[in-house]
Amino acid sequence: MRLFGNARYRFIEARRKAYVFSALVLAVALASMVVNIVAIGSWQNYGVDFTGGSLVQVRFDETMDAAELRSALGGAQAPPITSIGNEGNEFVIRAPLAEDREVEAVALEIRGQIQGAFPNSDIEVVRTELVGPKIGAELQQKAALAILFSFALTLVYLAIRFEFRFGVAAVIATVHDSLITLGFLALFRVEIALPTVAAILTIIGYSLNDTIVVFDRVRENLNAKGGRREDPVALVNRSINETLPRTVLTSGTTLGVLMALLIFGGAVIRDFTTVLILGVMVGTYSSIFVASPALLEIQRRWGSKDLVEAQRGGSRGPVGRTPPPGRPRKRKKRGRKGRRVAGARA
Amino acid sequence: MLKSLRGRIIFIAVILGICGYYIYANGLKLGLDLQGGMHLVVEIDDPDGTLTDEARADAIDRAETVLRTRIDELGVEEPLIQKVGSDRIIVELAGISDENQAKDVIRRAAFLEFKLVRSWVDFAPDLPRIDRVIVATLGADSLSSLGRDVQAPTSSIEELLFGAASEEGDSAAAAEGGAEAEADAAVGPEVGQVAQDEAAEADAEEDDASVLSPFTALLNQGSEDGVYLVSEEDVEAAELFLSIPEVQRAMPRDISLQWGMDPVALTGRIYRQLYVLNEDAFITGQMLENAVSARDQQFNTPQVQFELSRRGGRRFAEVTGQNVGEFLAIVLDGEVVSAPVIRDRIGARGQIELGGSTLQEASDLALVLRAGALPAPLRIMEERTVGPSLGQDSVDQGRVAGMIGLVLVVLIMCTYYRVAGILSVFALGVYVVLVLGGLAMFGATLTVPGIAGLILSVGMAVDANVLIFERIREELDAGRAVRTAVEDGFGNALSAIVDANLTTLITALILFQFGTGPVRGFAVTLSIGILASFFTALYVTRSFFFMYLSRKRATDPISI
Repeated sequence: MRLFGNARYRFIEARRKAYVFSALVLAVALASMVVNIVAIGSWQNYGVDFTGGSLVQVRFDETMDAAELRSALGGAQAPPITSIGNEGNEFVIRAPLAEDREVEAVALEIRGQIQGAFPNSDIEVVRTELVGPKIGAELQQKAALAILFSFALTLVYLAIRFEFRFGVAAVIATVHDSLITLGFLALFRVEIALPTVAAILTIIGYSLNDTIVVFDRVRENLNAKGGRREDPVALVNRSINETLPRTVLTSGTTLGVLMALLIFGGAVIRDFTTVLILGVMVGTYSSIFVASPALLEIQRRWGSKDLVEAQRGGSRGPVGRTPPPGRPRKRKKRGRKGRRVAGARA
Repeated sequence: MLKSLRGRIIFIAVILGICGYYIYANGLKLGLDLQGGMHLVVEIDDPDGTLTDEARADAIDRAETVLRTRIDELGVEEPLIQKVGSDRIIVELAGISDENQAKDVIRRAAFLEFKLVRSWVDFAPDLPRIDRVIVATLGADSLSSLGRDVQAPTSSIEELLFGAASEEGDSAAAAEGGAEAEADAAVGPEVGQVAQDEAAEADAEEDDASVLSPFTALLNQGSEDGVYLVSEEDVEAAELFLSIPEVQRAMPRDISLQWGMDPVALTGRIYRQLYVLNEDAFITGQMLENAVSARDQQFNTPQVQFELSRRGGRRFAEVTGQNVGEFLAIVLDGEVVSAPVIRDRIGARGQIELGGSTLQEASDLALVLRAGALPAPLRIMEERTVGPSLGQDSVDQGRVAGMIGLVLVVLIMCTYYRVAGILSVFALGVYVVLVLGGLAMFGATLTVPGIAGLILSVGMAVDANVLIFERIREELDAGRAVRTAVEDGFGNALSAIVDANLTTLITALILFQFGTGPVRGFAVTLSIGILASFFTALYVTRSFFFMYLSRKRATDPISI
C-alpha cells in the first residue's frame, strides 16, 4: 500500500493562503487571551496547580443534579462545580484558597459541607488537591521558564546540526504552534493544570520532530549533487512531497492512538489528550506551511550564500536581496560547517 | 553476515532478558494517581521569617530524618520522602487508608516537656499590669470595637448562671434574674466557685471591666489552682492579647501561660484551660528513651507509657520528690495534655493519660514521641490525595486505551508495509519490553501523564520505522538491489531519526528539570521511551530485517 507515493503538490506556492489562515487563527488566539484578561482576570484559566487553591472530586452512589449540589454548597456563593464523567455522579468542586489559610482547613471545610448537605447519600471523596499560593506562583514561573528554555536549547541544537536559519525557521513554527495551542486553551477556557503544561511541551517536541524530518530532507537535497543550483522553492517543495507519505502515516497513527486515549482514557486525561490532538494537527500543518516557507523567507530577506549561488546558477525563483555587508562571511563559515557534518553522514 | 546476525539476535535476547528480570524483580511502580495515595509538600512553619537560612536548612535536614523514622514506623510501603530545595520536603505515601492519621503523624512536632504548674497567686499580681499594657497597646477604642469578643465574658457569666439554675430545675430562679440566680447557684462545687468568683468580679467592675481589664475579664478561675478557664468564644481574643509582643514582655519572667489541649465542658458551656506554668521545663522529649501505647488497667483508658534516659530519670525523680502534692503539666507542642498531681516520687518510668482519646491516637502519639521531635513545626503547602477507586479506574481506562492504540498501530503498520510491517511490530514488541524494563530498572513511577508520554513515545518509535521503510522504498524505486536498498534506507533515515529524537529528548530533560510530581513522571517515561525507540529502530528493526533477508536469495523481491 502506498499513499501520496509520487506527490507533487505545490505547497510553497500556496503559502500566502497559509499565511492568511495562520494570521486569522493567531488573531482569534490572541483575542481570546485578551478577552480572558478582561473577563476572568487572567489570560488563561489557571487551575489549582497554578493559582493555589483547592479541588475536591466527589463521587455519589447515585446520580446527582449539579444544581442541587450547587444549592447545597451555598447557592450563588457556591464554589465552581463541574460534572465529570458520563454517569452524572461525579463532580469536581474548586475553591480558591484565601491568603494565610491553612491548606488543611479548607479541605476539612469542603468535605464537611458536602457530607453535611447530603447525610443520606453515600459519598466518596475520590481526589483532593490543595496547593498553597506560594507553590502555585512558583509553578507558573517554572512552566514559563521550561518553555523558554526548550526554545533556546532547540535553537542552539538546530544551529549546530543544521544551519542557523533552519533553527530560526523551526522556532518560528514552534512558537506559532504554541500560540495557537495557548489560544485554543484560552478560547475554551480549558483549565491549565500541570499535565496541560506537559502537553504543551509535548506539542513543542512533536512539532519540532515533524519540522526536523522535512528540514532533514531539505538539507539532504541541498547537499546532493546540483542541489545548490536548484530553485529553492522547487527544492523545498520536492522535500515536503518526498516526506509526505511519512508525515501522513506518522501523524495518522499518532492521531489514531490519541483518539483511542480520548475516547477510552477516562476523564482525568481528557483535557490533556485534547490538547495533544490539536497539537499534532497544528504541528503537521506548521512544518509544511509555516516552517518551510519561513526557511525560504529568511533566505530571501537575509539571503545566504546558498541562494546567491543558486541565482548565479541561473534558476528562477524568489529573488534574494543582496546580503547586507559584513554578513556573508559569517554565514559562509556556518554553511560550510553544516555541509561538512551532513557530508560525513551521507 | 550470518555470524553478525547471530551476535545481534543474542544481544537482543540478552537485553530482553535483563529487562524481563527487572520487570519481574522490581515490578512497575504505579504513581499515586494510579494506585491512590497522598502527596504532601511540607515546609518549616516560620511565618515571621525569624529563622536564618542556615537554621532553616539545618531544621529541614533534621525534619527529614524524623519524618523518615516516623513514616517507617507507620508501616507505609515504599514511602517517598524527599528534600526539595533548601526548605521543603515531599512526602508521598501510596495506598494509605487513613490520610488524616498520616497527616497528623507527619505534622506533629512532638516536642514533649514536663513543667510544674504554678499557683494563681504567683501570677495574679501581674494581671493588672498586663491589662494596662493591652489597653495601652491596642487602645481603648479598638478594644471596644472588638465588641463581641470582649463583652462576651459578662454575658457568658449570666448564661452560666441561668444555665446552672435551670439545670437544677429551678426555673423560677432563672426567671427572677441574675442576682437571685447567683445566690441560688447551689450547683456542683467546681461550677459554684467559677460562678461566684466571676460574678463577684463582674459586679465589682461593672460593664467597663472588659475595657479596663480586657485580659482579666476573660479569665475564670476553675477548681484547680493554677488553671484558668476561658470560655471557648473568648479564646481567640485571649490568644490575640497574648500574642502582642509588649504583653509577652510584660509577662513575669519565670512563668508561661499555656493552653490545655482539649476543651472542657462545664454546665453546658465549653471552656479551654489556660495553665500557669513554670517557664522552664525540667524534662524534655530529648531525655525520652522509649514510648509505647497501652490501656490503663483500672479505667481501660488509653495512655502512653514512657521511659526516660538515666539522666532524665534522675532529674525526674529529684523534681517529683521535691514537689509531692503539686501538679505536673505534660506539655506537647505547646499545649497541655494533662496535669496530674504528683503523688509520689517518680523514677524513669511514667505515663501520660489520654482520657478522651482512642487507642489509635495513643499509639500515634507514642510513635511520634519515639521518633523524636521535629526541630520546628511543619506547614503543609500542597496536598493531593487520590482515592484508590479513582486510581483503579484510571488504570483500567489507561489499559483499555493503550491496548486499542497498540492494536491500531499494529493494523496500520501491517496493512501499509506488509512483511516489513510485521517485522516492525515485533520490533515494537521489543520496544515495549525495553521501556517497561527501563522503568522498572530506574524505579520510575508510572503516572497518568506517564502513560500518555509512553503512548507518545510509541508514536515516535513507529515514526522511526516509518522513516526507515520510506527510505528503503525510495531506494528500491531508484532501482537499487534489495540489500543495498535496505542498507541505504537505514543509513539515510539515520540523521532524521537522530535529530528528531534528540530534540524531543531535550524537551523531556527540560521537563524533568522544571517539573514536579506527575510531570516529572511524564518526562522520565518520555526519556526512557525515546532512548528505547532509538535502539529499537536502529538496531532491533535492522536485525529483524537482516533475518528476513537471510532467508531469501539476493534477487528475491521483499515485501515492504
